[in-house]
Amino acid sequence: MDISSIDPVILIASLMVSSTSILLAATGELIVEKSGVLNLGVEGMMIIGAICGFIICVEFKSPFLGLIGSALGGALLSMIFAAVTQFLRANQVASGLALTLFGLGLASLLGHSYTGIKPPYLPKPNIPLLSDIPIVGKMLFQHDVVVYFSIVSVVAAWFLFQKTKLGLIVKAVGENQESAHALGYNVIRTRVIAILVGGSFAGLAGGYLSLVRVPQWTEGMTAGAGWIALALVVFSGWKPLRLIIGAYIFGGFTILQLNLQAIGIELSVALLSMTPYIVTIIALVLISSGKGRVGTSTPGSLGKVFMKVR
Amino acid sequence: MKKKFNFLLTFMGILCVSAGAYAADLKVGFVYVGPPGDFGWTYQHDQGRKAVERAFGDRVETTFAENVPEGADAERVMTQMALSGHDMIFATSFGYMDPVINVAAKFPNVKFEHATGYRRADNVSTYSARFYEGRTVIGHIAGKMTKTNVVGYIASYPIPEVVRGINSAYLAAKAANPNVQFKIVWVFTWFDPAKEADAANALIDQGADVIMAHTDSPSPLTVAEERGVYAFGQASDMLQFGPNARLGSIIDDWDPYYIERVQAALDGTWESTDTWDGLAPGMAALGGFGDMVPFEVRAEAMALAIGIAGGRIHSFTGPINRQDGTPWLAEGETADDGTLITMNFYVEGIEGEIPQ
Amino acid sequence: MIEIVPRTQKSNLISATIPIMAVILTMLFGGILFWSLGKNPFETIRMIFWDPLMNETFADYARPQILVKAAPLILIAIGLSFGFRANIWNIGAEGQFIMGAILSGSLGLYMYPQESSILFPLMIILGIFGGILWASIPGLLRAYFNTNEILVSLMLVYVAEQIMAAASIGFLRNPDGSGFPGSRNLSQYPSAANLEIIAGTGIHWGVATSIIAVLFFYILLHKHKFGFQVSISGISPKAARLSGINPKFLIIWCLGISGGLAGLAGMFELTGPAGQINIDFNVGYGFTAIIVAFLGRLNPIGIFFAGILMALTYVGGELTQFMLNLPAAAIQVFQGMLLFFLLSMDLLVNYKIKLKRS
Repeated sequence: MDISSIDPVILIASLMVSSTSILLAATGELIVEKSGVLNLGVEGMMIIGAICGFIICVEFKSPFLGLIGSALGGALLSMIFAAVTQFLRANQVASGLALTLFGLGLASLLGHSYTGIKPPYLPKPNIPLLSDIPIVGKMLFQHDVVVYFSIVSVVAAWFLFQKTKLGLIVKAVGENQESAHALGYNVIRTRVIAILVGGSFAGLAGGYLSLVRVPQWTEGMTAGAGWIALALVVFSGWKPLRLIIGAYIFGGFTILQLNLQAIGIELSVALLSMTPYIVTIIALVLISSGKGRVGTSTPGSLGKVFMKVR
Repeated sequence: MKKKFNFLLTFMGILCVSAGAYAADLKVGFVYVGPPGDFGWTYQHDQGRKAVERAFGDRVETTFAENVPEGADAERVMTQMALSGHDMIFATSFGYMDPVINVAAKFPNVKFEHATGYRRADNVSTYSARFYEGRTVIGHIAGKMTKTNVVGYIASYPIPEVVRGINSAYLAAKAANPNVQFKIVWVFTWFDPAKEADAANALIDQGADVIMAHTDSPSPLTVAEERGVYAFGQASDMLQFGPNARLGSIIDDWDPYYIERVQAALDGTWESTDTWDGLAPGMAALGGFGDMVPFEVRAEAMALAIGIAGGRIHSFTGPINRQDGTPWLAEGETADDGTLITMNFYVEGIEGEIPQ
Repeated sequence: MIEIVPRTQKSNLISATIPIMAVILTMLFGGILFWSLGKNPFETIRMIFWDPLMNETFADYARPQILVKAAPLILIAIGLSFGFRANIWNIGAEGQFIMGAILSGSLGLYMYPQESSILFPLMIILGIFGGILWASIPGLLRAYFNTNEILVSLMLVYVAEQIMAAASIGFLRNPDGSGFPGSRNLSQYPSAANLEIIAGTGIHWGVATSIIAVLFFYILLHKHKFGFQVSISGISPKAARLSGINPKFLIIWCLGISGGLAGLAGMFELTGPAGQINIDFNVGYGFTAIIVAFLGRLNPIGIFFAGILMALTYVGGELTQFMLNLPAAAIQVFQGMLLFFLLSMDLLVNYKIKLKRS
């Protein structure tokens, strides 16, 4: 029972890997929510990504093609959501839940003959010099490409919303759809694109699970990760860079909890498992109470149906 | 409009060709708690179903319902199965216990087989496997193969079945290697590949070089393969998931039991029984050894397996103390089934507490 | 160009026809799906929609069972619909369902095995209270801190699930259960059991309550001031404020009603069909009910039929599994299609699609 036997270097390295999937999905969902759309179908898009990526990886024997396939799979599924909510103006909450149901079912149909297959490994890049740095090298520079991609995409999302006109348009559409429309931005088109981007991220998140994390296909393998990604977006207060912190805290909780158990420290697993959610609620209260909604990043039109009024 | 709708349905009904044109002697239904594609618990039961189909051909028709939640839904599914003319129903999860008893009371002519439960009736049998016997054998292999003397154990829920497995594996590992230490992680899920992988990684980070798992997915084995440590196949053989990591496997092999019971039903000799079979009839079976297992370890493991199957060796043979040091089994004494079935304590030497 | 324009007049005929068209479209696409899986599409669809109601082998059993399966969906969806009308989004009914079951179950298990005629009514009250308690967290946070209730209520589902897991292997575990997870079976404890009202059908007090709730909330919605306030707040928050409706009052009431009904449903489910608190006690009624609420267009009568339709696809879907060897996933996909078609065809109730030359 020696806490010092938990090596923080290894701990951080493994929580980076285990958080990558939810970080990717959350980045996608953040972009979607920024545009004012709440897509609760993350779990469904993830699992479709997991199976599409797996099928393509196995058929073409290429993990890279597999990862691309997983993103395409997620995007394809999100098109249904886009069509139903943006063109046919159905309720987003209900449509998102339906998307999860549909995605879970479709994934297991597609994956029927792919159980019990081991896909080819995704080779890890060898980063010269950096990976040889003591401590930091092992902690940060010996991962697979998707881990780096997830961090890069968070930074890219931050850049998009902070520094680019496109980001401003997306935010404007999400913040106040009527004004954005009045300013001449195409609300529907912006949202459809955001939904597709979100879908491809969720798909990639699923592909990372089935191709890299636990290289295998088993039905229901996302096991609720999509819902955690939704929580993560809230936790971050819709600020991209905070997603990284949030994802590593969420992932870190699980990893630390398992490590503590492994060295024989007694703890209440149930209590620990619910902590991230309680922390999220507290974070949410702090965000919303401090300055009121103004000044925070909660998109003003989140979940609202846009209707053109002429 | 409603009328038109009904008409349409009736029209479709007329178009339909009625199913089940041929009649089998016996119709057997299986109720699964997960999908057959889980490659673990449900997968093995479905293998058993397929074995029944192969063994009896046209004489027996089998059907199944998957992902059936325990409780009210299970009761409805089994009732509908009974109504639709199934003669025999295998309910393959502990949580189906009360529903099985309820439905069985309503359909005295249908024979029920309930896995891992303990409530029986005239038309309800129970069956389970002594997986702990298999765990004794792989525990021995683990004890022999570990170089760090640390064996990592991924446990699902703190129930007797799991605790029993930990104890039997530990006792065998300890006998094979007195310096062995078990690190146990409870994941509180039967099936979550990502979490199981995290648990395996945490254990490897804590020095474990052999991973044992009592969860359903093959992901601990895939992690072991990637990290260059050893692990075992669990529930099914799982060789393809870790050819370099897999030392061996314990397999839930329901095939012989299912075939025997269906045969009994066909012959009219079926009666309510309670079966708790182990290695001997092969309900808990062992997969082949991995290439890395040295010859003498294989020989010892085989001897152990044969001894258990022959009844000469018992997984729990005294002297064994409980974790707190109080005596449990005296020298030469073996554990009775009653204690094993409700086992809720660790044996001496295991560190940590069973979570409550 | 296609243009979507609001209907000037609402047509009852169209309102009634659209769900049927959606079902027919689902049958068409679902039929293609079943056909591609190598099944006879006509037979499969007949088995889902027709056999549970009319087949002489199943119908006697399945008809009341559809009501049993639909009851918690209807009860929860009705509660949710009030909030949804006023743009108050409780999507955590699953958690409130669980907490209602845990609270009422705790009392029942604590009293075991004493028999008392007031135990069941007390458990009903505790069930409602448990749901209200859990829903009041997002309610109060929204009312006083302006915290987004969609997300808080969703987060609380996971917390409730963890409490459920802890209860079933810990503080509510059956002491005579050989160490297996799960509580005692409350449906076998006469004072706490949610018994059958009509022998042999499985129809229990929860079914009766859900039917009463349909009527009660229909009246509340259409004849009472509260229903009017809810509706007006949803259409125009400004107008609502001007007419003196306190938004905090409305938020707390809407979440309270939905939480209370979800908790009540959890209590009936626990003491009746499910019987025991267990790790897998909740099977998604709280989430499915959200869909049911929308399918029923947030109207109690509509919700009643939507609940029946959902239940029918569950019960019929099970039949296709063991009668036709159709994978359960195909039914999930089919249900998904049905929901998408119903949700998107709703557009036609309020809008019409015009072809315009550009």
